[in-house]
Amino acid sequence: MAMDAATIEKMILEGIPDATVKVEDLRGDGEHYAAYVVSPSFTGKSRVQQHKMVYDAMKGKMGDELHALALQTSAPE
Amino acid sequence: MENVIFDRIRKELNENDIVLFMKGTAAYPQCGFSALVVQVLTHLGLPFRDINVLEDNDIREGIKEFTDWPTIPQLYVKGEFIGGSDIVREMYQTGELQELLADKGLLNAA
Repeated sequence: MAMDAATIEKMILEGIPDATVKVEDLRGDGEHYAAYVVSPSFTGKSRVQQHKMVYDAMKGKMGDELHALALQTSAPE
Repeated sequence: MENVIFDRIRKELNENDIVLFMKGTAAYPQCGFSALVVQVLTHLGLPFRDINVLEDNDIREGIKEFTDWPTIPQLYVKGEFIGGSDIVREMYQTGELQELLADKGLLNAA
């Protein structure tokens, strides 16, 4: 079962309520997305920690339903 | 059973400065994300140990648990998890990857 951009955005926001999220469908196959996530709660965290927060928000959907989610995370400037 | 796999992973990490858990091999990557990390390492002229998780399901699942990271590829430098494809690409673009490698004596500072 593939996923759509809106579902991904909703999951990330549920996991990181103060984030602003933009999800891009890279290939239109429901499998390859890019997500740009900016959140104050990333401040002072390493990229690995930031990405883990997004993966946690995806509640284990990463890897099985969602093959590829390219992530770009940052704290607000 | 799990620590047998973790021991195997630790052994690879101890015996190799740079380890890339990937889909496919350095010569024949079978996933775009894995291929990207191979390109970055090759471009920097770095020898690395490529571990094809497609040939070893224990490692494929074990490394995700070991690192607490849900996807492949996974890049390790001197036993430290650096990141997956996105992070390696971003660090390469900002020069942080080169800096980290130079700090660890694996890359003569550009």
